[in-house]
Amino acid sequence: MIHRHDVIIVGAGLAGARAAVEIGQVADVAVLSKVYPSRSHSGAAQGGIAATLANSSKTDRWEFHMFDTVKGSDYLGDQDAIELMVREAPETVIEMEHWGCPFSRTEEGKIAQRKFGGHTLDFGKEPALRACYSADFTGHVLLHTLFEQCLKHQVNFYSEFQALSLIFRDNRAIGIVAWDTVNGGLHTFYGRAVMFGTGGYGRAFKITSNAHANTGDGLVLVSRAGLPLQDMEFVQFHPTGLWKSGILVTEGARGEGGHLKNRDGRRFMEDYAPTLMELAPRDMVSRSMQTEIDEGRGIDGKDYIYLDVSHIGAAKLHERLPQITELAMNFAGVDPTKEPIPIQPTAHYSMGGIPANANCRVAYDENRHETIGFYAAGECSCISVHGANRLGTNSLLEALLFGRRAGKQIIEDLPHLDFAPLPDDHEEAAREEVERLFKADGTERVGAIRAELQESMMQDCGVFRTRQQLEKQRTRLKELAERYTKIKIDDKNQRFNTELIEAIELGHLLEFSGAIVEGARQREESRGGHYRKDFPKRDDKKFLKHTLAWRQEDGEWKISFNKPVILKGITHPGFEPMERKY
Amino acid sequence: MPVRKFKIFRYNPETDKKPHYDNYEIDCESSWTILDSLNEIKWLHDGSLTYRRSCRHGICGSCAMQINGLNGLACELQISRYRKDPVVVDPLPGFVVLKDLAVNMEPFYSSLRRIKPWLINDDPPPARERIQSPEEFALMDNSIGCILCAACTSSCPSFWNDKDYLGPAALLKAFRYSFDTRDQGLAHRIDMLDNKHGLWRCHKITNCFHACPKKLNPTEAISKLQKKVVSEKW
Repeated sequence: MIHRHDVIIVGAGLAGARAAVEIGQVADVAVLSKVYPSRSHSGAAQGGIAATLANSSKTDRWEFHMFDTVKGSDYLGDQDAIELMVREAPETVIEMEHWGCPFSRTEEGKIAQRKFGGHTLDFGKEPALRACYSADFTGHVLLHTLFEQCLKHQVNFYSEFQALSLIFRDNRAIGIVAWDTVNGGLHTFYGRAVMFGTGGYGRAFKITSNAHANTGDGLVLVSRAGLPLQDMEFVQFHPTGLWKSGILVTEGARGEGGHLKNRDGRRFMEDYAPTLMELAPRDMVSRSMQTEIDEGRGIDGKDYIYLDVSHIGAAKLHERLPQITELAMNFAGVDPTKEPIPIQPTAHYSMGGIPANANCRVAYDENRHETIGFYAAGECSCISVHGANRLGTNSLLEALLFGRRAGKQIIEDLPHLDFAPLPDDHEEAAREEVERLFKADGTERVGAIRAELQESMMQDCGVFRTRQQLEKQRTRLKELAERYTKIKIDDKNQRFNTELIEAIELGHLLEFSGAIVEGARQREESRGGHYRKDFPKRDDKKFLKHTLAWRQEDGEWKISFNKPVILKGITHPGFEPMERKY
Repeated sequence: MPVRKFKIFRYNPETDKKPHYDNYEIDCESSWTILDSLNEIKWLHDGSLTYRRSCRHGICGSCAMQINGLNGLACELQISRYRKDPVVVDPLPGFVVLKDLAVNMEPFYSSLRRIKPWLINDDPPPARERIQSPEEFALMDNSIGCILCAACTSSCPSFWNDKDYLGPAALLKAFRYSFDTRDQGLAHRIDMLDNKHGLWRCHKITNCFHACPKKLNPTEAISKLQKKVVSEKW
């Protein structure tokens, strides 16, 4: 079946939904989502969205936010895009308030703001209250507000459709082929423009804050179409995942005054980041925690640390952090008003993704040549505003703001984009994949291969990495990919076949993990979220460059470090790389 | 690792004439949730078992189902709270089963759309945010925390009897906007609310309150909205 719409958006999280609200008012837009739109993982974001509203820190301004983001990115962020983001942040957040988003309020009735890691006043002097929040479910209220705006503007949703292939010919995006999960069957979504807001790739790791659905589907579709992925080795490990499950405990818990303690009850962050302490950026806090754990100072010598918020007081915890209070009770069995919460670093955010420029057009090479009719925003994209490490509250901002920019850009471009001819064989690749999986009658279990992948990525491509580990992991990925060809699928039904979906997702996980490992292996330096024990220093001479990774016919990844980082803002002269201390 | 027994509702309209239960016995870790157990069954024993899940920490609302006769989120209910075997798992009642534990959610979302769930305010917005005091914000109670999991609506006998009834989730959303000091939309919603398939279908059975995994109280919200609608009319 072929569905024709002006614009096809894949993903209904903050980026996709925000673009859909924009486009839905002037053109015919369809949004595909592998889950119901309100179930998208943007809704799990807790702590806040950054914008220099200066409601609480009265002297806050965009230059400070820009500096913090650039420094936080370990100078790998493109400063033109960063300047655009920090300058447009206030209007983007205010617009959500006008659409009814229920933000927590200051005594004066303005949007409330709290502290978050790496956000400072006056270029690093003191922490800034910059994170606009709604208790500790900020992503939830933003996502639901946007979903409701989409309903208002009668956006066409196709819920529970699994995207299988991107139809892309002669540098032009033409549509998407997707599997209808509920009823079974292939559908083609044929459009004048295609946008991806398909989310991150944290599910490649065992301990992760990500949803089951975050399997990097969009990235794999893009790389199969012959386009590169960018900076894939940069994965953010969030310091405070609940022990064993990796479920997120917001950085807002530290923003509200929470302490990290080792087995001796010591606030060990004073050894690593004496100025910002627990509010140092995530990559540094995670490495500090992992060092404590590796050196035997985890709690009881085990692989976890304590996050203590009990001194904040029950009343304030219930008002400001109600969700994490519940999470700690339900998933760790502790009452955080009385006891410390056991935590460990958890794979959280994907800095890498689909290379795109600040207008959200997907760009395909070192020279930033643009594709036609193809856009990306949010976590799946690498624009790159986060560089090697993202600051907390910049992800909701990025998804919302670049979703908005993508929407506006698509509207501007639509008059020049007609329906390109649909190739006769447009469904072929997707059909082959599904037929192969339906016939799969081998001996291997999807669940078992996935568990081995996730455990090994955590162990050998995690917070700390070495050449030896990465080479081991490269070999292991090949073995797992080989075993994947011998899987068995019990469920042979067309209708609501979630076993089929999980098999498709595993194929995706295995594929893009190769790009993470290969980028990490060849990037012989330490920067932001990528830390090589055998190359512990940042090497700006060789590696102040974006990584591009092309998938080859044989499944290998070709890596290049030739794409320069943009070190100047649009109007701002830019911040020169310097040593990153907090 | 304790061995636990599960009795799970199975129905595939493609192949089955009628539903049945399958029994499973699996090794469970003591900290596991119902969702962890379903995953173990699906991943290692029976790949055809079908259910929805995503965030696995109670915020996306995908995995609402009925466990031992009570609606809840499979991802946040620990198996240790169910002392007796087998633990019985059913799909959400009141909806058409698509397959096993997955039900057709379209009627649920369609009710939501009927109450115009978005801020209605025709005044030109100010340059900055609209001012709303913490006290005004508090009027919405915790209704903004609703995750649209449908546990409440599915637990409501009035909804079982009247499929045109908006149900507690949609009415809670109507409450959320009607008690948002920035909203002026009650006039646009009142016809939908003030009829026998709307606010007045609620008989205060309070199943919704007991079913809500976020500890919200749709019954109380409906009462407040009833009062507001009455005072608006008279």
